[in-house]
Amino acid sequence: MDSSILQKRKAMIATTHFGVRSFKSRLFFSIVLLFALITISIVFLIIGTLVVKGYHQINWSFFTQVAPDTFDAMMANASGKIIPGGILNGITGTLLLVGLASVIAIPFGIVIGIYLYENATKRYAGVIRDISDVLQGVPSIVVGLIVYLWVVVDITKGYSVLAGSVALAIMMLPLIIRSTEESMKMVPTTLKEAAIALGTPYYKVILRVLIPSSFSGLITGVLLAVSRVLGETAPLLLTTLGNSSVNWNLAKPVSAVPLLIWQFYNDPNMVNLIWSSSLFLMGFVLLLNILSKWIAAKKSIQ
Amino acid sequence: MAPAASILSIEDLSIAYDRDKYAVKNVTATVRKNAITAIMGPSGCGKTTLLRAINRMHELYPNISTEGKIKLYGDNIYEMPTIELRRKIGMVFQRPNPFPTMSIYENVIAGYKLNGIHLKRSERDEIVETTLRDVTLWDEVKNALHKKGTFLSGGQQQRLCVARALAFKPEIILLDEPTSALDPVSTAKIEDLLVELKQHYTIILVTHNMSQAARISDNSMFMYLGELIEYEDTKTMFTNPKDPRTEGYLTGKFG
Ligand SMILES: Nc1ncnc2c1ncn2[C@@H]1O[C@H](COP(=O)(O)OP(=O)(O)OP(=O)(O)O)[C@@H](O)[C@H]1O
Ligand SMILES: [Mg+2]
Repeated sequence: MDSSILQKRKAMIATTHFGVRSFKSRLFFSIVLLFALITISIVFLIIGTLVVKGYHQINWSFFTQVAPDTFDAMMANASGKIIPGGILNGITGTLLLVGLASVIAIPFGIVIGIYLYENATKRYAGVIRDISDVLQGVPSIVVGLIVYLWVVVDITKGYSVLAGSVALAIMMLPLIIRSTEESMKMVPTTLKEAAIALGTPYYKVILRVLIPSSFSGLITGVLLAVSRVLGETAPLLLTTLGNSSVNWNLAKPVSAVPLLIWQFYNDPNMVNLIWSSSLFLMGFVLLLNILSKWIAAKKSIQ
Repeated sequence: MAPAASILSIEDLSIAYDRDKYAVKNVTATVRKNAITAIMGPSGCGKTTLLRAINRMHELYPNISTEGKIKLYGDNIYEMPTIELRRKIGMVFQRPNPFPTMSIYENVIAGYKLNGIHLKRSERDEIVETTLRDVTLWDEVKNALHKKGTFLSGGQQQRLCVARALAFKPEIILLDEPTSALDPVSTAKIEDLLVELKQHYTIILVTHNMSQAARISDNSMFMYLGELIEYEDTKTMFTNPKDPRTEGYLTGKFG
């Protein structure tokens, strides 16, 4: 090294205030830590509040009976008892809505995701990818309005499970498309080539090699999409409205847990049921999240 | 050079990526049956492209153009259905790539499974055992047939991949640097295996390893910048190369 450069370096090192520098970096670290702690405590506060306020309403009848009417709730409140009944109509409705939405969105999403992966550089693929991103950004209330026009008015002539499911499916679609494409990309090309070199027809390469090899990624994506729409309320208000009893008819309105929460919120006698229902919904979403993390972790060990 | 019994003839084959970027230029050669033919040459000279053209795997790349012919027993492979062709010409890749979702047993018969060819239980067992014996893997895995193939060592996985390619009883097996990811002991096993296999199969092997070509191949091609510079009996090529470029490569002056 040139001796003059060496001199300059030495001078530079001598004038750097190490004390100040380490103070700055410690300050920075503290701020990061603080923000992280705030985020974590928000999550724990949410769960804590729901548990504390909601646990005493959760019992066997909470899962086996439909929502009470406001009179029964008022009587129970007056005598200091817990509110009778449960949210069975909401639970079955949510399962039905999300189940049907998955049946619609999963095949579509996976097929389009595979198409995007297989034709990654083609122009159509880019257009579809952009459209899917736009779809993901459409506000859920707008999705509800559109489905109201298409399905409620024109097809089922009234609020229905089908309409609610279509709305949820539209919201799941871009999530599944993206996660399918991403998990297909994780499959090594050499596996695909190995299958092709065995003379395997194209569709079987996809069905027997690509999909099984990326299966855990696909499942994870679907679970996250499900947990994303599980709590949707606005589009359901416009498409399936609600129902005070259990309904399995796809052409009829149905309740859902978030719809019940909205109803309970609007009825002063039912306020206590908000918390237990929210706790249930939160628990469900958390379970799906943990499940998808577990599946993803199991895959990475392989 | 006119080999005694030829199985494959490459006739004035040129392959270009992106239309005008030629990776293989006017290659003409006949490949001898039941022999090991090595393809050598410096990196980027077109060995992989030439090899993949033989079972038309090169067509998976976009914008590829192919001129010339390759004939298998006189039939132009570019006029055959690829599916049928690839059953006759098997392939082993540089890195072992058993199907991670399948057991060892299923990997061996993967070709049948993926093509929807139904076999009786006894036929399957028979194919799995004889093929695994052929690749000298049977004794090592016979008690773990239903475990995942990905639990095997790299060398064992590669032999499993050879087994997978053999299960269809192909005419030709193409191998692209099959030992470059393996340790010397596993490499020696694969080499012994290939010498053993040439009694029943024709083997075409891309290798970067000159001593490997010298040890096991019967004929050798030397490629340079997409051209087939020299194609000879391996002994002749190593002892008495005709082209100065071949000599330069073999003596380590470049490559
Ligand atoms: N998919 C591709 N698209 C464009 N050009 C390519 C592609 N694959 C290979 N090539 C080019 O074609 C030429 C030959 O490549 P090829 O892979 O056949 O060489 P090789 O002899 O197998 O090299 P190596 O010894 O490094 O494996 C190279 O110049 C390479 O850059
Ligand atoms: Mg190569």
